[in-house]
Amino acid sequence: MQIYLPIAEVSVDLFLLLSLGGLVGFLSGLFGVGGGFMMTPLLIFVGVPPAVAVGTQANQIVGASVSGMIVHWRRDAVDFKMGSMLLIGGMVGSGAGVALFQLLQRIGQIDLVISLAYVVVLGAVGGLMLVESMRAIFQRHRGATPRHKLHQHLMIHGLPFKMRFPKSRLYISALAPISIGVLSGVMIAIMGVGGGFFMVPAMIYILGMPTSMVPGTSLFQIIFITGVTTVLHAVTNQTVDVVLALTLLIGGVLGAQIGGRFGTHLRGEQTRALLALIVVGVALKLAIDLVIPPEDAFSLGFIIK
Amino acid sequence: MRLRRWILPPALVLALAFAPKLTLAQALVADLTSHLIAITTGFSGAEVTLFGAAEGEGEVIVVVRGPDVGAVVREKRATMGVWLNRDRMIFDDVPGFYAIASTKTVEEIAPTDLRERHKIGVETLNLKTSQTASSERVAEFREALIRSKQKLGLYPQTVGAVTFVGARLFRTTISFPATVPTGAYQVSVFLVRDGRLIGAQTTPLLISKLGVSAEVVDFARKNPLWYGLVAVAVAVLAGWASSLPFRRA
Repeated sequence: MQIYLPIAEVSVDLFLLLSLGGLVGFLSGLFGVGGGFMMTPLLIFVGVPPAVAVGTQANQIVGASVSGMIVHWRRDAVDFKMGSMLLIGGMVGSGAGVALFQLLQRIGQIDLVISLAYVVVLGAVGGLMLVESMRAIFQRHRGATPRHKLHQHLMIHGLPFKMRFPKSRLYISALAPISIGVLSGVMIAIMGVGGGFFMVPAMIYILGMPTSMVPGTSLFQIIFITGVTTVLHAVTNQTVDVVLALTLLIGGVLGAQIGGRFGTHLRGEQTRALLALIVVGVALKLAIDLVIPPEDAFSLGFIIK
Repeated sequence: MRLRRWILPPALVLALAFAPKLTLAQALVADLTSHLIAITTGFSGAEVTLFGAAEGEGEVIVVVRGPDVGAVVREKRATMGVWLNRDRMIFDDVPGFYAIASTKTVEEIAPTDLRERHKIGVETLNLKTSQTASSERVAEFREALIRSKQKLGLYPQTVGAVTFVGARLFRTTISFPATVPTGAYQVSVFLVRDGRLIGAQTTPLLISKLGVSAEVVDFARKNPLWYGLVAVAVAVLAGWASSLPFRRA
Protein backbone atom coordinates (compact mmCIF):
# COMPACT_ATOMS: atom_id res chain seq x y z
CA MET A 1 0.00 0.00 0.00
CA GLN A 2 1.39 3.36 -1.06
CA ILE A 3 1.21 6.53 0.99
CA TYR A 4 1.79 9.98 -0.50
CA LEU A 5 4.14 12.23 1.50
CA PRO A 6 2.98 15.83 0.89
CA ILE A 7 6.25 17.67 1.70
CA ALA A 8 8.62 15.08 0.24
CA GLU A 9 6.32 14.87 -2.82
CA VAL A 10 6.84 11.16 -3.33
CA SER A 11 4.73 8.13 -2.53
CA VAL A 12 6.37 5.27 -0.65
CA ASP A 13 5.17 1.86 0.49
CA LEU A 14 3.52 2.18 3.91
CA PHE A 15 4.87 -1.10 5.30
CA LEU A 16 8.39 -0.27 4.18
CA LEU A 17 8.23 2.98 6.19
CA LEU A 18 6.74 1.22 9.23
CA SER A 19 9.50 -1.39 9.28
CA LEU A 20 12.21 1.24 8.74
CA GLY A 21 10.85 3.12 11.76
CA GLY A 22 10.65 -0.11 13.75
CA LEU A 23 14.25 -1.09 13.04
CA VAL A 24 15.72 2.29 13.93
CA GLY A 25 13.40 2.59 16.97
CA PHE A 26 14.62 -0.78 18.25
CA LEU A 27 18.24 0.41 18.11
CA SER A 28 17.24 3.68 19.74
CA GLY A 29 15.57 1.96 22.69
CA LEU A 30 18.39 -0.54 23.05
CA PHE A 31 21.38 1.78 22.91
CA GLY A 32 20.03 5.24 23.69
CA VAL A 33 21.13 6.63 20.33
CA GLY A 34 18.68 8.59 18.20
CA GLY A 35 19.43 6.52 15.14
CA GLY A 36 19.63 9.53 12.81
CA PHE A 37 22.96 8.37 11.40
CA MET A 38 21.11 5.33 10.01
CA MET A 39 17.66 6.81 9.30
CA THR A 40 18.82 9.63 7.00
CA PRO A 41 20.64 7.40 4.47
CA LEU A 42 17.79 4.84 4.58
CA LEU A 43 15.18 7.51 3.78
CA ILE A 44 17.28 8.88 0.91
CA PHE A 45 17.58 5.31 -0.35
CA VAL A 46 13.77 4.89 -0.56
CA GLY A 47 13.47 8.11 -2.58
CA VAL A 48 12.90 10.90 -0.05
CA PRO A 49 14.81 14.08 -1.03
CA PRO A 50 17.90 14.47 1.23
CA ALA A 51 16.82 17.81 2.74
CA VAL A 52 13.41 16.38 3.71
CA ALA A 53 15.07 13.22 5.07
CA VAL A 54 17.29 15.28 7.41
CA GLY A 55 14.47 17.56 8.61
CA THR A 56 11.95 14.78 9.11
CA GLN A 57 14.18 12.28 10.89
CA ALA A 58 14.81 14.94 13.55
CA ASN A 59 11.04 15.10 14.08
CA GLN A 60 10.57 11.34 14.34
CA ILE A 61 13.55 10.97 16.72
CA VAL A 62 11.74 13.33 19.15
CA GLY A 63 8.92 10.79 19.43
CA ALA A 64 11.12 7.70 19.45
CA SER A 65 13.31 9.24 22.19
CA VAL A 66 10.30 10.15 24.37
CA SER A 67 9.06 6.59 24.06
CA GLY A 68 12.50 5.13 24.82
CA MET A 69 13.19 7.47 27.73
CA ILE A 70 9.91 6.59 29.46
CA VAL A 71 10.96 2.92 29.56
CA HIS A 72 14.22 3.86 31.29
CA TRP A 73 12.50 6.41 33.52
CA ARG A 74 10.17 3.74 34.91
CA ARG A 75 13.30 1.78 35.85
CA ASP A 76 14.66 4.93 37.49
CA ALA A 77 17.53 4.92 35.01
CA VAL A 78 17.55 8.58 33.93
CA ASP A 79 19.99 11.05 35.48
CA PHE A 80 18.14 14.30 34.87
CA LYS A 81 20.84 16.41 36.51
CA MET A 82 23.56 14.99 34.29
CA GLY A 83 21.24 15.22 31.28
CA SER A 84 20.63 18.92 31.91
CA MET A 85 24.38 19.63 32.04
CA LEU A 86 24.88 17.79 28.74
CA LEU A 87 21.96 19.73 27.28
CA ILE A 88 23.41 23.14 28.27
CA GLY A 89 26.63 22.19 26.51
CA GLY A 90 24.72 20.82 23.53
CA MET A 91 22.86 24.08 22.96
CA VAL A 92 26.09 26.13 23.12
CA GLY A 93 27.82 23.63 20.83
CA SER A 94 25.16 23.63 18.14
CA GLY A 95 25.27 27.43 18.04
CA ALA A 96 29.04 27.31 17.55
CA GLY A 97 28.63 24.47 15.04
CA VAL A 98 26.25 26.49 12.85
CA ALA A 99 28.82 29.32 12.74
CA LEU A 100 31.59 26.84 11.85
CA PHE A 101 29.34 25.33 9.18
CA GLN A 102 28.88 28.75 7.56
CA LEU A 103 32.62 29.44 7.73
CA LEU A 104 33.46 26.13 6.02
CA GLN A 105 30.75 26.78 3.45
CA ARG A 106 32.41 30.09 2.62
CA ILE A 107 35.81 28.43 2.22
CA GLY A 108 34.09 25.81 0.05
CA GLN A 109 35.35 22.76 1.93
CA ILE A 110 32.13 21.76 3.63
CA ASP A 111 31.61 18.52 1.66
CA LEU A 112 35.11 17.28 2.40
CA VAL A 113 34.83 18.13 6.10
CA ILE A 114 31.42 16.48 6.51
CA SER A 115 32.45 13.29 4.71
CA LEU A 116 35.75 12.94 6.54
CA ALA A 117 34.19 13.88 9.90
CA TYR A 118 31.64 11.09 9.50
CA VAL A 119 34.25 8.46 8.69
CA VAL A 120 36.86 9.55 11.23
CA VAL A 121 34.50 10.19 14.16
CA LEU A 122 32.32 7.13 13.60
CA GLY A 123 35.35 4.93 12.92
CA ALA A 124 37.35 6.12 15.93
CA VAL A 125 34.47 6.03 18.42
CA GLY A 126 33.20 2.68 17.16
CA GLY A 127 36.67 1.14 17.02
CA LEU A 128 37.62 2.17 20.55
CA MET A 129 34.32 0.95 21.90
CA LEU A 130 34.64 -2.36 20.11
CA VAL A 131 38.12 -3.02 21.52
CA GLU A 132 37.04 -2.14 25.06
CA SER A 133 33.81 -4.14 25.08
CA MET A 134 35.44 -7.19 23.47
CA ARG A 135 38.13 -7.13 26.15
CA ALA A 136 35.44 -6.99 28.85
CA ILE A 137 33.55 -9.90 27.28
CA PHE A 138 36.68 -12.07 27.04
CA GLN A 139 37.65 -11.27 30.61
CA ARG A 140 34.27 -12.39 31.85
CA HIS A 141 34.55 -15.51 29.70
CA ARG A 142 37.84 -16.48 31.33
CA GLY A 143 36.15 -16.15 34.68
CA ALA A 144 38.48 -13.42 35.85
CA THR A 145 36.60 -10.73 37.70
CA PRO A 146 37.34 -7.42 36.03
CA ARG A 147 39.38 -5.33 38.41
CA HIS A 148 37.59 -2.17 39.36
CA LYS A 149 39.44 0.63 41.00
CA LEU A 150 37.36 2.26 43.68
CA HIS A 151 38.36 5.67 42.49
CA GLN A 152 39.91 6.28 39.10
CA HIS A 153 41.86 9.50 38.81
CA LEU A 154 41.32 10.85 35.34
CA MET A 155 42.01 14.34 34.05
CA ILE A 156 38.41 15.37 34.55
CA HIS A 157 38.74 14.94 38.31
CA GLY A 158 41.12 17.90 38.47
CA LEU A 159 38.57 20.34 37.05
CA PRO A 160 36.80 22.91 39.21
CA PHE A 161 33.02 23.35 39.82
CA LYS A 162 32.57 19.87 41.24
CA MET A 163 29.02 18.65 41.47
CA ARG A 164 27.31 15.60 42.91
CA PHE A 165 25.36 13.35 40.57
CA PRO A 166 23.70 10.94 43.02
CA LYS A 167 21.91 8.91 40.34
CA SER A 168 25.17 8.10 38.56
CA ARG A 169 27.10 7.91 41.85
CA LEU A 170 29.59 10.46 40.57
CA TYR A 171 31.26 13.53 42.05
CA ILE A 172 32.78 15.31 39.08
CA SER A 173 33.17 18.77 37.63
CA ALA A 174 30.11 20.16 35.85
CA LEU A 175 32.52 21.26 33.10
CA ALA A 176 33.01 17.63 32.02
CA PRO A 177 29.42 16.91 30.87
CA ILE A 178 29.07 20.47 29.55
CA SER A 179 32.14 20.16 27.32
CA ILE A 180 31.00 16.76 26.04
CA GLY A 181 27.68 18.43 25.25
CA VAL A 182 29.48 21.22 23.38
CA LEU A 183 31.46 18.74 21.27
CA SER A 184 28.40 16.72 20.33
CA GLY A 185 26.47 19.93 19.64
CA VAL A 186 29.12 21.01 17.13
CA MET A 187 28.80 17.64 15.43
CA ILE A 188 25.01 17.84 15.36
CA ALA A 189 25.22 21.14 13.50
CA ILE A 190 27.88 20.01 11.05
CA MET A 191 26.88 16.40 10.43
CA GLY A 192 23.12 16.78 10.92
CA VAL A 193 22.77 13.84 13.28
CA GLY A 194 21.64 13.66 16.92
CA GLY A 195 25.09 12.84 18.22
CA GLY A 196 23.93 9.89 20.36
CA PHE A 197 26.54 7.55 18.93
CA PHE A 198 29.19 10.01 20.15
CA MET A 199 27.46 11.00 23.39
CA VAL A 200 26.87 7.44 24.61
CA PRO A 201 30.51 6.28 24.56
CA ALA A 202 31.66 9.63 25.98
CA MET A 203 29.28 9.23 28.93
CA ILE A 204 30.58 5.73 29.61
CA TYR A 205 34.31 6.21 29.11
CA ILE A 206 34.97 9.88 29.90
CA LEU A 207 32.37 10.62 32.56
CA GLY A 208 32.45 7.07 33.94
CA MET A 209 28.66 6.78 34.24
CA PRO A 210 27.18 3.32 34.93
CA THR A 211 26.14 1.77 31.59
CA SER A 212 22.58 1.25 32.85
CA MET A 213 22.08 5.01 33.36
CA VAL A 214 23.46 6.00 29.95
CA PRO A 215 20.64 5.27 27.44
CA GLY A 216 17.89 7.00 29.44
CA THR A 217 20.04 10.07 30.13
CA SER A 218 21.20 10.29 26.53
CA LEU A 219 17.63 10.01 25.21
CA PHE A 220 16.50 12.71 27.66
CA GLN A 221 18.81 15.30 26.11
CA ILE A 222 18.26 14.05 22.53
CA ILE A 223 14.53 14.90 22.90
CA PHE A 224 15.37 18.58 23.38
CA ILE A 225 18.14 18.80 20.78
CA THR A 226 16.04 17.16 18.06
CA GLY A 227 12.95 19.15 19.11
CA VAL A 228 14.80 22.43 18.52
CA THR A 229 16.28 21.06 15.28
CA THR A 230 12.81 20.13 14.00
CA VAL A 231 11.46 23.64 14.55
CA LEU A 232 14.56 25.18 12.93
CA HIS A 233 14.20 22.96 9.85
CA ALA A 234 10.47 23.72 9.63
CA VAL A 235 11.07 27.48 9.77
CA THR A 236 14.20 27.86 7.62
CA ASN A 237 13.84 25.08 5.02
CA GLN A 238 10.23 23.84 5.33
CA THR A 239 11.55 20.32 5.03
CA VAL A 240 9.65 18.59 7.86
CA ASP A 241 7.08 16.10 6.56
CA VAL A 242 4.69 15.26 9.42
CA VAL A 243 3.01 12.47 7.45
CA LEU A 244 6.39 10.78 6.98
CA ALA A 245 7.44 11.47 10.59
CA LEU A 246 4.21 10.03 12.01
CA THR A 247 4.41 6.91 9.85
CA LEU A 248 8.01 6.29 10.93
CA LEU A 249 6.97 6.97 14.52
CA ILE A 250 4.24 4.34 14.59
CA GLY A 251 6.90 1.75 13.72
CA GLY A 252 9.55 3.55 15.74
CA VAL A 253 7.83 3.83 19.10
CA LEU A 254 6.94 0.12 19.06
CA GLY A 255 10.54 -0.68 18.15
CA ALA A 256 11.80 1.57 20.96
CA GLN A 257 9.64 -0.19 23.55
CA ILE A 258 10.87 -3.60 22.44
CA GLY A 259 14.46 -2.36 22.24
CA GLY A 260 14.35 -0.86 25.73
CA ARG A 261 13.03 -4.14 27.14
CA PHE A 262 15.47 -6.26 25.17
CA GLY A 263 18.30 -4.19 26.63
CA THR A 264 17.60 -5.47 30.14
CA HIS A 265 18.51 -9.00 29.01
CA LEU A 266 21.93 -7.93 27.77
CA ARG A 267 24.96 -7.15 29.88
CA GLY A 268 26.52 -3.70 29.58
CA GLU A 269 29.54 -4.86 27.58
CA GLN A 270 27.36 -6.84 25.18
CA THR A 271 25.21 -3.78 24.47
CA ARG A 272 28.35 -1.72 23.92
CA ALA A 273 29.87 -4.31 21.59
CA LEU A 274 26.70 -4.41 19.46
CA LEU A 275 26.52 -0.63 19.16
CA ALA A 276 30.24 -0.53 18.35
CA LEU A 277 29.76 -3.08 15.55
CA ILE A 278 26.94 -1.04 13.99
CA VAL A 279 28.89 2.23 14.24
CA VAL A 280 32.02 0.66 12.71
CA GLY A 281 29.86 -0.88 9.97
CA VAL A 282 28.34 2.48 9.03
CA ALA A 283 31.80 4.10 9.05
CA LEU A 284 33.17 1.39 6.74
CA LYS A 285 30.22 1.77 4.35
CA LEU A 286 30.78 5.54 4.18
CA ALA A 287 34.52 5.12 3.68
CA ILE A 288 33.94 2.66 0.82
CA ASP A 289 31.44 5.03 -0.82
CA LEU A 290 34.01 7.81 -0.72
CA VAL A 291 36.76 5.80 -2.39
CA ILE A 292 34.85 3.77 -5.01
CA PRO A 293 34.29 5.70 -8.27
CA PRO A 294 30.55 6.46 -8.68
CA GLU A 295 28.49 4.90 -11.48
CA ASP A 296 27.48 8.36 -12.71
CA ALA A 297 29.69 11.26 -11.67
CA PHE A 298 26.73 13.61 -12.11
CA SER A 299 23.78 13.77 -9.73
CA LEU A 300 20.57 15.77 -9.70
CA GLY A 301 19.82 17.97 -6.71
CA PHE A 302 16.70 19.73 -5.57
CA ILE A 303 16.29 23.44 -5.17
CA ILE A 304 14.01 24.45 -2.33
CA LYS A 305 12.15 27.56 -3.33
CA MET B 1 -22.45 2.30 -15.86
CA ARG B 2 -25.42 2.67 -18.13
CA LEU B 3 -25.62 6.35 -17.24
CA ARG B 4 -21.99 6.80 -18.24
CA ARG B 5 -22.53 5.16 -21.57
CA TRP B 6 -25.29 7.64 -22.30
CA ILE B 7 -23.39 10.69 -21.18
CA LEU B 8 -19.89 10.01 -22.47
CA PRO B 9 -20.44 9.88 -26.25
CA PRO B 10 -22.37 13.17 -26.46
CA ALA B 11 -19.80 14.77 -24.15
CA LEU B 12 -17.01 13.55 -26.38
CA VAL B 13 -18.74 14.78 -29.49
CA LEU B 14 -19.32 18.17 -27.88
CA ALA B 15 -15.70 18.35 -26.75
CA LEU B 16 -14.49 17.45 -30.21
CA ALA B 17 -16.84 19.95 -31.84
CA PHE B 18 -16.07 22.93 -29.61
CA ALA B 19 -12.47 22.15 -28.61
CA PRO B 20 -10.69 25.39 -27.61
CA LYS B 21 -7.56 27.02 -29.05
CA LEU B 22 -7.77 25.39 -32.42
CA THR B 23 -4.95 26.85 -34.48
CA LEU B 24 -5.46 25.31 -37.89
CA ALA B 25 -9.04 25.09 -39.06
CA GLN B 26 -10.48 21.76 -37.86
CA ALA B 27 -7.51 19.73 -39.10
CA LEU B 28 -7.17 18.28 -35.63
CA VAL B 29 -9.33 18.10 -32.51
CA ALA B 30 -8.40 16.38 -29.26
CA ASP B 31 -9.34 16.39 -25.60
CA LEU B 32 -8.46 14.70 -22.31
CA THR B 33 -10.77 12.49 -20.28
CA SER B 34 -9.93 14.66 -17.28
CA HIS B 35 -8.36 18.09 -16.86
CA LEU B 36 -7.56 17.66 -13.17
CA ILE B 37 -5.40 15.10 -11.40
CA ALA B 38 -5.89 15.22 -7.63
CA ILE B 39 -3.00 14.14 -5.40
CA THR B 40 -4.48 12.70 -2.20
CA THR B 41 -2.91 10.58 0.56
CA GLY B 42 -3.36 7.38 -1.44
CA PHE B 43 -1.83 8.80 -4.66
CA SER B 44 0.61 6.49 -6.41
CA GLY B 45 0.61 7.90 -9.91
CA ALA B 46 -2.20 8.53 -12.42
CA GLU B 47 -3.25 7.97 -16.00
CA VAL B 48 -5.12 10.30 -18.33
CA THR B 49 -6.47 9.31 -21.75
CA LEU B 50 -6.34 11.68 -24.70
CA PHE B 51 -8.85 11.27 -27.57
CA GLY B 52 -8.69 13.04 -30.87
CA ALA B 53 -9.74 13.13 -34.49
CA ALA B 54 -7.51 14.05 -37.43
CA GLU B 55 -8.61 15.50 -40.78
CA GLY B 56 -7.08 13.22 -43.39
CA GLU B 57 -3.92 11.16 -43.05
CA GLY B 58 -0.87 11.99 -40.94
CA GLU B 59 1.23 11.13 -37.97
CA VAL B 60 0.46 12.34 -34.44
CA ILE B 61 2.83 13.59 -31.73
CA VAL B 62 1.61 14.35 -28.19
CA VAL B 63 3.84 16.48 -25.93
CA VAL B 64 3.03 16.85 -22.22
CA ARG B 65 4.98 19.60 -20.50
CA GLY B 66 4.88 20.23 -16.74
CA PRO B 67 5.60 23.45 -14.84
CA ASP B 68 9.17 24.76 -14.85
CA VAL B 69 11.29 24.08 -11.76
CA GLY B 70 14.85 24.83 -10.75
CA ALA B 71 17.46 22.08 -10.77
CA VAL B 72 21.04 21.76 -9.63
CA VAL B 73 23.38 19.21 -11.18
CA ARG B 74 26.49 18.25 -9.22
CA GLU B 75 29.59 16.55 -10.51
CA LYS B 76 31.77 14.29 -8.37
CA ARG B 77 35.52 14.23 -8.90
CA ALA B 78 38.28 12.37 -7.10
CA THR B 79 40.37 14.51 -4.75
CA MET B 80 43.20 12.65 -3.05
CA GLY B 81 41.42 9.38 -3.81
CA VAL B 82 38.13 10.58 -2.33
CA TRP B 83 35.07 11.13 -4.55
CA LEU B 84 33.33 14.37 -3.66
CA ASN B 85 30.92 16.82 -5.26
CA ARG B 86 33.18 19.46 -6.78
CA ASP B 87 31.32 21.38 -9.50
CA ARG B 88 27.68 22.24 -9.75
CA MET B 89 25.48 23.97 -12.28
CA ILE B 90 22.09 25.49 -11.61
CA PHE B 91 19.45 25.38 -14.34
CA ASP B 92 16.62 27.87 -13.89
CA ASP B 93 13.71 26.76 -16.07
CA VAL B 94 13.60 23.01 -16.38
CA PRO B 95 10.28 21.29 -17.16
CA GLY B 96 9.38 19.26 -14.07
CA PHE B 97 7.77 16.73 -16.40
CA TYR B 98 8.18 16.24 -20.14
CA ALA B 99 6.56 13.32 -21.95
CA ILE B 100 6.33 12.49 -25.64
CA ALA B 101 4.01 9.94 -27.20
CA SER B 102 3.82 9.46 -30.96
CA THR B 103 2.72 7.11 -33.74
CA LYS B 104 6.32 6.73 -35.03
CA THR B 105 9.63 8.13 -33.77
CA VAL B 106 9.56 11.93 -33.80
CA GLU B 107 12.65 11.95 -36.06
CA GLU B 108 10.74 9.97 -38.68
CA ILE B 109 7.66 12.18 -38.41
CA ALA B 110 9.05 15.72 -38.26
CA PRO B 111 12.19 17.42 -39.65
CA THR B 112 14.62 19.13 -37.25
CA ASP B 113 13.42 22.71 -37.82
CA LEU B 114 9.80 21.73 -37.07
CA ARG B 115 10.86 19.96 -33.88
CA GLU B 116 13.00 22.93 -32.84
CA ARG B 117 10.19 25.40 -33.45
CA HIS B 118 7.60 23.50 -31.43
CA LYS B 119 9.96 22.13 -28.74
CA ILE B 120 9.37 18.51 -29.63
CA GLY B 121 12.01 16.25 -28.02
CA VAL B 122 14.25 16.68 -24.98
CA GLU B 123 17.17 17.91 -27.15
CA THR B 124 15.10 20.94 -28.19
CA LEU B 125 14.44 22.05 -24.59
CA ASN B 126 16.11 25.36 -23.97
CA LEU B 127 17.78 24.45 -20.66
CA LYS B 128 19.66 27.56 -19.62
CA THR B 129 22.03 28.27 -16.78
CA SER B 130 22.90 31.71 -15.43
CA GLN B 131 26.42 30.49 -14.65
CA THR B 132 29.30 31.24 -16.98
CA ALA B 133 30.97 28.13 -18.33
CA SER B 134 32.28 26.83 -21.64
CA SER B 135 29.58 25.51 -23.96
CA GLU B 136 31.06 21.97 -23.73
CA ARG B 137 30.74 22.04 -19.93
CA VAL B 138 27.16 23.34 -20.11
CA ALA B 139 26.30 20.61 -22.64
CA GLU B 140 27.83 17.98 -20.36
CA PHE B 141 25.75 19.11 -17.39
CA ARG B 142 22.63 19.48 -19.54
CA GLU B 143 22.96 15.89 -20.75
CA ALA B 144 23.42 14.71 -17.16
CA LEU B 145 20.29 16.63 -16.15
CA ILE B 146 18.16 15.00 -18.86
CA ARG B 147 19.67 11.58 -18.05
CA SER B 148 18.73 11.98 -14.36
CA LYS B 149 15.18 13.09 -15.19
CA GLN B 150 14.76 10.12 -17.52
CA LYS B 151 16.01 7.78 -14.79
CA LEU B 152 13.38 9.24 -12.44
CA GLY B 153 10.68 8.54 -15.05
CA LEU B 154 9.88 12.24 -15.44
CA TYR B 155 10.88 12.49 -19.13
CA PRO B 156 9.26 9.42 -20.68
CA GLN B 157 9.22 8.94 -24.45
CA THR B 158 7.01 6.24 -25.93
CA VAL B 159 6.98 5.54 -29.66
CA GLY B 160 3.79 3.89 -30.88
CA ALA B 161 1.81 4.97 -27.82
CA VAL B 162 -0.53 6.99 -30.01
CA THR B 163 -2.79 4.56 -31.89
CA PHE B 164 -5.39 5.16 -34.54
CA VAL B 165 -8.83 3.69 -33.95
CA GLY B 166 -10.08 3.45 -37.52
CA ALA B 167 -8.96 6.00 -40.10
CA ARG B 168 -9.38 9.29 -38.22
CA LEU B 169 -9.83 8.72 -34.49
CA PHE B 170 -6.71 8.34 -32.36
CA ARG B 171 -6.04 7.86 -28.68
CA THR B 172 -3.17 7.64 -26.20
CA THR B 173 -2.78 7.15 -22.46
CA ILE B 174 -0.46 9.46 -20.54
CA SER B 175 1.01 7.98 -17.32
CA PHE B 176 2.25 10.15 -14.49
CA PRO B 177 4.55 8.65 -11.82
CA ALA B 178 3.99 9.31 -8.10
CA THR B 179 6.88 11.80 -8.09
CA VAL B 180 5.16 14.05 -10.64
CA PRO B 181 5.42 17.77 -9.75
CA THR B 182 2.24 19.73 -9.08
CA GLY B 183 1.13 22.69 -11.17
CA ALA B 184 -0.24 23.69 -14.56
CA TYR B 185 0.53 21.31 -17.44
CA GLN B 186 0.18 21.76 -21.19
CA VAL B 187 -0.78 18.90 -23.44
CA SER B 188 0.06 19.72 -27.07
CA VAL B 189 -1.06 17.56 -29.98
CA PHE B 190 0.56 17.87 -33.42
CA LEU B 191 -0.65 16.39 -36.71
CA VAL B 192 2.16 16.11 -39.27
CA ARG B 193 1.85 14.98 -42.89
CA ASP B 194 4.93 14.55 -45.12
CA GLY B 195 7.04 16.54 -42.67
CA ARG B 196 4.65 19.50 -42.68
CA LEU B 197 2.52 20.63 -39.74
CA ILE B 198 -1.18 20.22 -40.63
CA GLY B 199 -2.79 20.91 -37.26
CA ALA B 200 -1.92 21.62 -33.65
CA GLN B 201 -3.84 22.03 -30.45
CA THR B 202 -2.95 22.71 -26.81
CA THR B 203 -5.09 21.63 -23.86
CA PRO B 204 -4.47 22.52 -20.21
CA LEU B 205 -4.15 19.93 -17.43
CA LEU B 206 -3.87 20.70 -13.73
CA ILE B 207 -2.13 18.47 -11.19
CA SER B 208 -2.89 19.56 -7.69
CA LYS B 209 -2.76 18.33 -4.10
CA LEU B 210 -6.19 17.95 -2.53
CA GLY B 211 -7.52 17.03 0.92
CA VAL B 212 -5.17 16.30 3.82
CA SER B 213 -2.02 16.56 1.67
CA ALA B 214 -2.96 20.05 0.53
CA GLU B 215 -3.79 21.17 4.07
CA VAL B 216 -0.46 19.89 5.44
CA VAL B 217 1.50 21.75 2.75
CA ASP B 218 -0.58 24.89 3.24
CA PHE B 219 0.05 24.88 7.01
CA ALA B 220 3.78 24.24 6.55
CA ARG B 221 4.13 27.13 4.10
CA LYS B 222 1.96 29.71 5.85
CA ASN B 223 2.80 29.12 9.53
CA PRO B 224 6.19 27.38 9.55
CA LEU B 225 6.87 28.12 13.24
CA TRP B 226 3.53 26.72 14.41
CA TYR B 227 3.89 23.82 12.02
CA GLY B 228 7.26 22.95 13.59
CA LEU B 229 5.90 23.24 17.14
CA VAL B 230 2.86 21.11 16.31
CA ALA B 231 5.13 18.52 14.64
CA VAL B 232 7.22 18.27 17.83
CA ALA B 233 4.10 18.13 20.06
CA VAL B 234 2.58 15.36 17.95
CA ALA B 235 5.84 13.38 18.13
CA VAL B 236 6.02 13.77 21.94
CA LEU B 237 2.38 12.68 22.31
CA ALA B 238 2.89 9.68 20.03
CA GLY B 239 5.97 8.66 22.02
CA TRP B 240 4.17 8.99 25.33
CA ALA B 241 1.01 7.21 24.14
CA SER B 242 3.01 4.29 22.80
CA SER B 243 4.50 3.58 26.22
CA LEU B 244 1.07 3.28 27.91
CA PRO B 245 0.17 -0.30 26.87
CA PHE B 246 3.59 -1.48 28.05
CA ARG B 247 3.28 0.08 31.51
CA ARG B 248 2.69 -3.07 33.53
CA ALA B 249 4.76 -5.79 31.96
